[in-house]
Amino acid sequence: MVENRPILTFLTHAVLILGVTFLCFPVWMALVASTHGPEALARAPIPLWFGDRAWTNYTQLISAGLPEAGGVPIGRMMFNSFIMAMVITIGKIAISLISAYAIVYFRFPFRMGFFWMIFVTLMLPVEVRILPTFDVVTKLGMLNSYAGLTIPLIASATATFLFRQFFLTVPDELVEAARIDRAGPIRFFFDILLPMSRTNIAALFIILFIYGWNQYLWPLLVTTEEDLYTVVMGIQRMVNSGEALPVWHYIMGTAVLAMIPPVIVVVAMQKLFVKGLVDSEK
Amino acid sequence: MTTKSVLAASAAFCVIAQAGLAADKTEFQFWHAMGGALGERVDQMSADFNAASDTCQVNAVYKGNYTENMTAAIAAFRAGEQPHVVQVFEVGTATMMAAEDNGAIYPVYQLMADAGIEFDPSAYLPAVISYYTDTAGNLLSLPFNSSTPVLWYNKTALEAAGAEVPTTWDDVEDAARKLKEAGVEKPFSFGWQSWSNIENFSAWHNIPLGTEENGFAGLGTEFTFNNEAVVNHIQRIADMGKEGLFGYGGRRGDSRAQFVNGETALWINSSAYYGGFKKDITEFEFGQTMLPLDTAVADAPQNSIIGGATLWVLRGHEQPEYTCVAQFFDYISGAEQQADWHQNTGYVPITTAAWELSKEQGFYDTDPMTDVAIKQLSLNQPTPASKGLRFGNFVQVRDVINEELEAVWSGDKTAQEALDAAVERGNALLRKFEDSNS
Amino acid sequence: MQKRVVFRSRLLPYLLVAPQIAVTLIFFFWPSYQALESSFFLEDAFGFSREWAGLRNYNELFSDPGYLKSFRTTLIFGFSVAFLAMVISLGLAVAANRVIRAATAYRTLLIWPYAVAPALAGVIWYFLMNPSLGIVAYWLKATGVDWNHYVNGDQALFLVIVAAAWKQVSYNFLFFLAGLQSIPKSLIEAAAIDRAGPMRRFWSITFPLLTPTTFFLLVVNLVYAFFDTFALIHATTEGGPADATSILVFRVYNTGFIGQDYGGSAAQSVILMALVIGMTFIQFRYVERKVNY
Repeated sequence: MVENRPILTFLTHAVLILGVTFLCFPVWMALVASTHGPEALARAPIPLWFGDRAWTNYTQLISAGLPEAGGVPIGRMMFNSFIMAMVITIGKIAISLISAYAIVYFRFPFRMGFFWMIFVTLMLPVEVRILPTFDVVTKLGMLNSYAGLTIPLIASATATFLFRQFFLTVPDELVEAARIDRAGPIRFFFDILLPMSRTNIAALFIILFIYGWNQYLWPLLVTTEEDLYTVVMGIQRMVNSGEALPVWHYIMGTAVLAMIPPVIVVVAMQKLFVKGLVDSEK
Repeated sequence: MTTKSVLAASAAFCVIAQAGLAADKTEFQFWHAMGGALGERVDQMSADFNAASDTCQVNAVYKGNYTENMTAAIAAFRAGEQPHVVQVFEVGTATMMAAEDNGAIYPVYQLMADAGIEFDPSAYLPAVISYYTDTAGNLLSLPFNSSTPVLWYNKTALEAAGAEVPTTWDDVEDAARKLKEAGVEKPFSFGWQSWSNIENFSAWHNIPLGTEENGFAGLGTEFTFNNEAVVNHIQRIADMGKEGLFGYGGRRGDSRAQFVNGETALWINSSAYYGGFKKDITEFEFGQTMLPLDTAVADAPQNSIIGGATLWVLRGHEQPEYTCVAQFFDYISGAEQQADWHQNTGYVPITTAAWELSKEQGFYDTDPMTDVAIKQLSLNQPTPASKGLRFGNFVQVRDVINEELEAVWSGDKTAQEALDAAVERGNALLRKFEDSNS
Repeated sequence: MQKRVVFRSRLLPYLLVAPQIAVTLIFFFWPSYQALESSFFLEDAFGFSREWAGLRNYNELFSDPGYLKSFRTTLIFGFSVAFLAMVISLGLAVAANRVIRAATAYRTLLIWPYAVAPALAGVIWYFLMNPSLGIVAYWLKATGVDWNHYVNGDQALFLVIVAAAWKQVSYNFLFFLAGLQSIPKSLIEAAAIDRAGPMRRFWSITFPLLTPTTFFLLVVNLVYAFFDTFALIHATTEGGPADATSILVFRVYNTGFIGQDYGGSAAQSVILMALVIGMTFIQFRYVERKVNY
């Protein structure tokens, strides 16, 4: 701190508290709403403090689901979300690690061609080409399966780039030392490179887990069986219930449940998360 | 049930095998769009059928609203993963019929014949069935839930404001003004705006919506709903909006909350809200009455047209499963099931027998005015302008109409500008449909 | 930049890139090619007939005022989200950089919304601003704003902008904070000795030094607003009212799945893909520069 003016310090805290309020208030309201019954949420102004229906609402959601939205238990949906997020995360990390390894540590024909092929997909989200991608998955018979839910989202230019950048900073001496030890590329990868990448992998894991958990349109289209619904897409079924009144206490309860796992991951692993974010820059 | 084989891209991916819930029964899939209280009734109906049948099992799945349900089924059909039965709302009829020509649809009359189940289309109400028959009079899909827009009113609020239940549009304006003075925030509103205020307004006043008998006579049809009567009607509502008498509450049934919590006291929407209202509305008395008449356009109302949905059977499955579908259809169109459905939901009874049964059971005495919808539908012999609509791409046309009307409500366009634009854009969609289906 | 020392193997590198390339080919290139192909055809909903249509789909797009309006909506939406999210987060980052007491607590409370799915962010704000029962709508009405995003397209757009920006603040905050922390203390101190006030110090020293971060965040925020907010819009306004919140990615979906117009949707995909790839290269120049120094 360069200087110490009480007014500035006060202002600083005021700005921060205002910011925290802006960021936390919506979720506060979601929490509050999820503890009330439908009567309390029928007209404005809705209560700003907790009601007494928390237990009833949440047990109903987790175990039985909503009759208004097809009655899929949120517990089941959260399980699916977890599987989807984990498979996407692990898959992305695995294939990116090895492809980055190949591109950095080998010279082979079409190396740059492969590099560019991966590169153009950097910012091409599935939403942009949603219809043909859906068609392709259909043709491969992958609708309504965990495979269809995850594999199309596994290609990741971002992770490949991150690992490429990291590998480039690894000193060449290590490779030379490995050569002297007569260690081949596979041993070098497992014994030296992989342990060195641990922090990077962990950091990336958090970012990708959140990415996977928060998928929305893709599961919405690929799953037609209730057994495979994920929680983030499931909420749409409740909001646009068409002719029925939206059941806000349940919707907000589901929203709260759906955000708990990724928020916990971010808060609990803050340091790694920040590193992952800043490293991957996307 | 099927075991899904999966692309063997990596060993890490799980393969899930689903064991059938009831392996000894023949199962079939039924995708529907009935959420909320209606969804519970559908589940109940399916459970009853499953309990009653030794050989068949229906798996009813809620797939979102009407549009989502239909588009999901079509996407699934392209993927070869289609359900056996899909619920499609009335405006999707032309699209489904075009698919029938290509063999994607198993017409209901044929399904019943193949399964050896006796099926008499004349048992159904003419106003309902005329919407879904082909040119030879064969029934292609099974009417399931049919309703028609009615005027819902908040009796308590009307009495407090000293207003009468309106019967004409001038009355609606007067009543809304009185309600506004009495402190009702948005006195008048409606849902499914294209259906309630353009399609049914036209039929009610016997004005065609398009050429070629509203599309029944051919794919070359063109929209004509930018006529004076409809324009004046929309402009009237827009003016009411400026005065604070009308408050738009969103597409489909989104504005329902306004009526339930008392912000709105006059609400035009489907008669099928009855079941939900009975459950949700506790603080005031509500009632329903026939749609208002625009006395500048007609001296007496014609008849209203239905909305709601029918069940279409998609091809591509095994015959025994279709036999089960036929049994299910037979079960749900039984007089008892239908009367029960009608009385609990507010949908109109689709067979004469169900109507008679409801009368016998004294339903209209205990729940007065629940026969408004059916009376409205059968007010007169349907004319070419009032027997229904058969426009291709009508799902999108409705979206176009929604967009243009929203521009009117927000004051960006006049009624004439918006309806001219809607007709022009709608006609382009009709031509596209004609080109891709000929 | 390349490694001087590499391994030699004929087969191994191909095996290593194979999974990534396979997924990319199957789920990126094949669909992209299909989009290109179907953009020249007219197809019915069930996929029975398929007719060559030449450039008809493209012509229709560019003569459709709705599509052109979507471009405008997307730009307004994108830049508003970027501006709002960046201004708020810059303010917060500057404040957080000054604070010593409770710094970790503040940071924790400011970064978690990053983990909230765009769809959920949308649904929650939708609830807060629901004209009939939303608490924010209620407050707005108390201050005399006639809030009804079902009718008023500008308000609906405002709603989705706020929700989208709300979610993005955390991300920007972290980058601005990292940027601020990398500014050498000596520079600021020197300016303080010259008796430059805090405001002047910020505008003449801090802000210019943050330019690379700001530029980077602008690109990232725009990409986020253009493409990752689909869920937010789909779960709330569904593009309405009167098309006011129908951004380009939403339109691709709506034309294809709801509208059943496969050719029209494919043509939109092709245009969007071209745009995205263009933006990727702008981004790449930046990334490469960073990599190389």
